[in-house]
Amino acid sequence: MCLAVPAKVVSIDGETALVELGGLTRQARTMLVPSVKVGDYVLLHAGFAIQTLDEAAAQETLGLLARMAEAGAGEA
Amino acid sequence: MPRARVLLGHGSGGKLTHQLIESLFLSQLANPILKALDDSAVFSVDSRGRLAFTTDSYVVRPLFFPGGDIGRLAVCGTVNDLAMVGATPLYLSAAFILEEGLPLADLRRITASLKGAAREAGVKIVAGDTKVVERGSADGLFINTAGLGLVPEGVDISGSNARPGDAVILSGPIGNHGISVLLERQQMGFVSTVKSDVAPLNLLVAAMLQASPNIHALRDPTRGGLATSLVEMARQSGVAIRIHEGKVPVDEEVAAACEILGYDPLYVANEGKLIALVAPQDAPGVIRAMKKSPYGRQATIIGEVLAEPRGKVLMATRVGGTRIVDMLSGEQFPRIC
Amino acid sequence: MRFLTEFRQPALAEALAERIRRWSGPPVSLMEVCGTHTVAIFRHGLRGLLPPQVRLLSGPGCPVCVTPNREIDKAIALASNPGVILATFGDMMKVPGSYSSLAEAKASGADVRVAYSPMEAVEIAQGNPKKAVVFFGVGFETTAPTTAASLLEAKRLGLRNFFFLSAHKLVPPALMALLEAGEVRIDGLICPGHVSTIIGSRPYEFIPRDYAIPCVISGFEPVDILQAIAMLLDMRAEGKAEVAIQYRRAVRPQGNPQALETMAGAFQVGGAEWRGLGPIPQSGLHLRDGMEAFAAERHLEMKIRPPREAVACRCGEVLRGLINPPECSIFGTGCTPEHPVGPCMVSTEGTCAAWFLYKPGG
Repeated sequence: MCLAVPAKVVSIDGETALVELGGLTRQARTMLVPSVKVGDYVLLHAGFAIQTLDEAAAQETLGLLARMAEAGAGEA
Repeated sequence: MPRARVLLGHGSGGKLTHQLIESLFLSQLANPILKALDDSAVFSVDSRGRLAFTTDSYVVRPLFFPGGDIGRLAVCGTVNDLAMVGATPLYLSAAFILEEGLPLADLRRITASLKGAAREAGVKIVAGDTKVVERGSADGLFINTAGLGLVPEGVDISGSNARPGDAVILSGPIGNHGISVLLERQQMGFVSTVKSDVAPLNLLVAAMLQASPNIHALRDPTRGGLATSLVEMARQSGVAIRIHEGKVPVDEEVAAACEILGYDPLYVANEGKLIALVAPQDAPGVIRAMKKSPYGRQATIIGEVLAEPRGKVLMATRVGGTRIVDMLSGEQFPRIC
Repeated sequence: MRFLTEFRQPALAEALAERIRRWSGPPVSLMEVCGTHTVAIFRHGLRGLLPPQVRLLSGPGCPVCVTPNREIDKAIALASNPGVILATFGDMMKVPGSYSSLAEAKASGADVRVAYSPMEAVEIAQGNPKKAVVFFGVGFETTAPTTAASLLEAKRLGLRNFFFLSAHKLVPPALMALLEAGEVRIDGLICPGHVSTIIGSRPYEFIPRDYAIPCVISGFEPVDILQAIAMLLDMRAEGKAEVAIQYRRAVRPQGNPQALETMAGAFQVGGAEWRGLGPIPQSGLHLRDGMEAFAAERHLEMKIRPPREAVACRCGEVLRGLINPPECSIFGTGCTPEHPVGPCMVSTEGTCAAWFLYKPGG
């Protein structure tokens, strides 16, 4: 279950943030991610930010996969 | 028997709508012309050519939405149904069912918009009707339009004419109308610049017919979206249709709204798009003609017609898989899971 | 779209699929627990990229599907009270209870509204002080913190016309019940990514420890799911069983402590009835002591008849991964998404609906 989408935090006002995904913006409640900052990406679920996304971890995953794909292409 | 009631899903344009039409209306009202199940009925009155005739009711809420309103929709929807059988639309009727209490200013604005759309499409509103119902019996206003057009000599366009090898052409990005209305109606707090694509497509079709006599089928994917229209044509023609996910254009904001709400853009309504199934050798010329028209600038080939599996639509996914695409099932609801 | 598009790159998916196809070990059955994974697997056509010796099974991870008839019956009974507005997620509208569905109740005149966020229900209650507003909360650990936060907000606002009906459930106890029953062989678990953003990876550690089954917490994009499968195969090849996180950008081992605390502020853990799995101890969330003022069942009239189950429906076995949907005698004939008999057919992410929509005729 559980559709949650990555959205960028544009501004924060108290426990509400304005988040953006693909040009679409919406208010998201931030009480579940108290340390969120402007510029962070959060997972948006049912109108709430439920977690902040880790940019470095995403890049690591993608880097690892890209190297694997290259190595595979080299074998072929 | 709670099952024996009409549900909103019966009006979704998807499977429930088809079942209702087949089990209740067609079984009682069938005749050879109705049974063709194209967007307009085509028939001869005498030896001087064929007429296309169609009718449609408009119950959109809200009455005004980004990019259009119910007045523009009422003209475009009917004009497009005529255009999808290759007809030149000529005359429309417009019947208004007004709810007691509707502001006259709104009605005036909607009528002006209807007039503008009729002028753009080059059709005349030649008959009309007005009824008023008590407050609460209608949602502001409903409009019914019927349209009459002439099918040029030699034109034979029908959802049942697709042939294996045909190119599947789409006139532009999908889902804009459905998403703009949904975001406006549901008041879910999304701010977007998505506008309805509501537009008359008859001049676009005329330009396409100029470019090629081999346009086999046309359909405007309104309720039920691209997927439902493709399945309808695959079934009518007894062919398979394969589309390529990476080639189906979706504007970024529409894609984002679909991600958030758990919608599949293939099932979201359009009001200014068409699908054309065209002999492969003529496809480049048809695309060229489309790109010159304001409503075909982003026309592109999204797939091809195959012989097998008959009556099915397949989609080659971006990541190299294949899946079946079926008709819309019931209504789409915003999902959280 | 950042964090999405990158994980849909054909080249990466192809490289991972190629790697999976090189699996030379014995045939394996991997279970994707989460319904959102089931839908993603079908929508991206991932099954066709896998070799025959790598099988995917669908698990019980669709909160709509595991909601028993009795819960739906209660929601319908509450909604049928004059003066009640019932709000719930769109997912629940078409789910059949014993006698009807919320969509049918709405067609018969009940005021049932779809909310994108539980906070919308709080706002409806604020705007309609003369009405009783009930939020029918359903979902796993991903969703429960959002309804908990909304309840705490209603409490802070002192709302006396806001009520709650909970069908919230917890994933790890259901996995334990499923594994304990031992009816189906599972060689690896693809664990739900968004549930894990909240609970972290630790609650799954009993699975490798007690059942020697490797677990990978996966994201929902095609590249995520293929990578999770490759990671499970690697663990099988090395004879290892542990909990690994593929979805590192969103899941930390400790989860989201603030969300867990919010949940605990509104709910307490107790027994719950799961469709297909039966009653499971410590697997549901109920309003905690001090939150009774919000209990819809206590404060509003709720006339329900004894629940009944659809006779031929085999959703229970589908939810446990025992059978594939086409093995059910009514699949695709008596039970379709338009006229669903069982919840696995009605939920967008139900296993039966996914099979029906994407693989007609099985």
